Amino acid sequence: MERINIGEVSLEMLTAGNGPPLLFLHGGDYFAQHQEFFGRLARRWQVIAPRHPGFGGSVRPDGFRAIHDLAYLYLDLLDRQDLRDVVLVGSSFGGWIALEMCVRCLQRIGRLALIDSVGVKFGGREERDIVDVYALPSAELLERMFFDPATAAPDFARLDDGEASSIARDRAATALYGWRPYMHNPGLRQWLHRVRVPTLVMWGENDRIVEPDYGERLCRLLPSARFELIGQAGHYPQIERPDDVADAIERFARAEVL
Amino acid sequence: MKVWHFSEMAYHPAWPQLGESYRVIIPSRLYDPKIGADLYHRYLDEWALCDELGINIMTNEHHATATCADSVCTIPMAILARETKKVRLLALGMPIGNRNDPIRVAEEYATIDVISRGRLEMGFVKGVPFEIAPANTNPADLMERFWEAHDLILKAMMSHDGPFNWEGTHFHYRQVNVWPRPWQQPHPPVWMPVGSPGSASEAAARGMTIGVLNTGWMRTPAIYEAYRKTAAETGRPATLDKLAYMALIGVGETREDGWRRADQILGYSRTSGIVAPQFMNPPGYASAAQSGQALKTSGAGFRAGRIQSRDGRNIDPRTMSVADAIDAGLAFAGTPDDVYGQLLAFYDHVGGFGHLLMMGQGGLLDHKETVANLTLFSKEVLPRVEDVAG
Repeated sequence: MERINIGEVSLEMLTAGNGPPLLFLHGGDYFAQHQEFFGRLARRWQVIAPRHPGFGGSVRPDGFRAIHDLAYLYLDLLDRQDLRDVVLVGSSFGGWIALEMCVRCLQRIGRLALIDSVGVKFGGREERDIVDVYALPSAELLERMFFDPATAAPDFARLDDGEASSIARDRAATALYGWRPYMHNPGLRQWLHRVRVPTLVMWGENDRIVEPDYGERLCRLLPSARFELIGQAGHYPQIERPDDVADAIERFARAEVL
Repeated sequence: MKVWHFSEMAYHPAWPQLGESYRVIIPSRLYDPKIGADLYHRYLDEWALCDELGINIMTNEHHATATCADSVCTIPMAILARETKKVRLLALGMPIGNRNDPIRVAEEYATIDVISRGRLEMGFVKGVPFEIAPANTNPADLMERFWEAHDLILKAMMSHDGPFNWEGTHFHYRQVNVWPRPWQQPHPPVWMPVGSPGSASEAAARGMTIGVLNTGWMRTPAIYEAYRKTAAETGRPATLDKLAYMALIGVGETREDGWRRADQILGYSRTSGIVAPQFMNPPGYASAAQSGQALKTSGAGFRAGRIQSRDGRNIDPRTMSVADAIDAGLAFAGTPDDVYGQLLAFYDHVGGFGHLLMMGQGGLLDHKETVANLTLFSKEVLPRVEDVAG
């Protein structure tokens, strides 16, 4: 991991590979489980995977409290590094950040790939689109999160203290940005028509945190998007099926038409 | 020393029907309002009796639980502000990081202070972790919200020249103007429950009175020491009246009677920690190190080890006996002499304190027994205790 400064903000950032730029925005949890996926992406792309402020070794400035702070930060990152025609990939909470970026400025973004993204509310006030992960017993949470929790999830009991508190810190940061309204911005849906960039909406077929139906509804509201299910995968398909997700992104990046 | 009688107004008739959680997820169909009304009235009667016995009154609040049916601590206080005439009224208290409207808190407290003609003591509470879900407040910046609400409430109570502006991080008002102004000047005494040396220091730096609950023989000394140290460093006198300790108290004509009463009051300790584990440690509520430990143990054991005997043995609150509770310093029980002796030993062990928060009713202790417990305490123990810490 290296460190970069974007203005006053100091971020921990993973970079790997050479090629056209791919900015990966991680979800709320399980960053440590992304190694295989990053390795796979690095064969073709220059992978840039920052840790969001408040996550990992990235400091959260006092004023960073809302999802749009992260969106503007990463738009600044693209400007400062003069990155062009970027493939923007966002998973879960990171997909929400990516959408918030795209409704604001598409200048440096060539393609958008969403993986089990949150950020939008479809149902009525008494319907819950996104499972309340904070109200589930830990075993049920893992069952809903992964196709195969036994291989995908870390063995929490065997983590060392540093790893365990790092996960706790990531979870606290996710809560800070996404607690209420829960994992969405009520105003975002009405601006999705601004995401005028080729978009791939990927979804784990077995995601029972945010069901594939949510992804299909999201896909229909994006001007130029297609939907693709990833089999034998839950909410983080890039952890459970890294090759399948990386292949899907490559096909999508090469395609002349969606 | 001042003594305060505290009860959580438990709705214990539902307890036998509850399983692995006594909080958050339990359906209110288990609450019968007719039984609930009888219970509210008897608990209020017991507090009203305290006015005659010379025991001060303490209320608290919890949410979505059968262990504490007092979900708004100012409501019984509002009733008691008129029903009582002499004793002081401590609400310990309002979870101001979980309430969305601090001005409303200032108004409620100021109104009770005026109706009671200046007898209110106002508590500001962080709240236990399982209060987050019912309030749906963000656990990751809870304490930041707590301190901003604290500052705003005190300023609102102390400002008497018309509206002022407040555009903070969490609360926004352009015309803050609280009526009535409180009876006590500049504001009623401020309390905060604390459970760690760190929060004791934060309270000491602001001159608050700390209520220390359920920390017992092993954990209390470090908390008081942190308070005294910070108080000295910040030039505020750490007088004994800034330190309070809560104990379950069962007193009887015989040791057997006192222990029997304590055993029933212990229903509080045996039930109040039974919570579905997913609500025990919301993200950001505790430090990353503490939460990391909870993660490694699947949340089980996050609060384990909180009750210890004097020889360092972990005591499971669910099965705690009276002897365990006395040993752990959580209960003082037996004859009036026993209770006084245990209290004095604890007092000496922790370096002294000025308030005894007496849980004189808890769990299953019925009205008749509660009246007997409070009355005997007031006759045989209170006169001696009042002389301690003069």
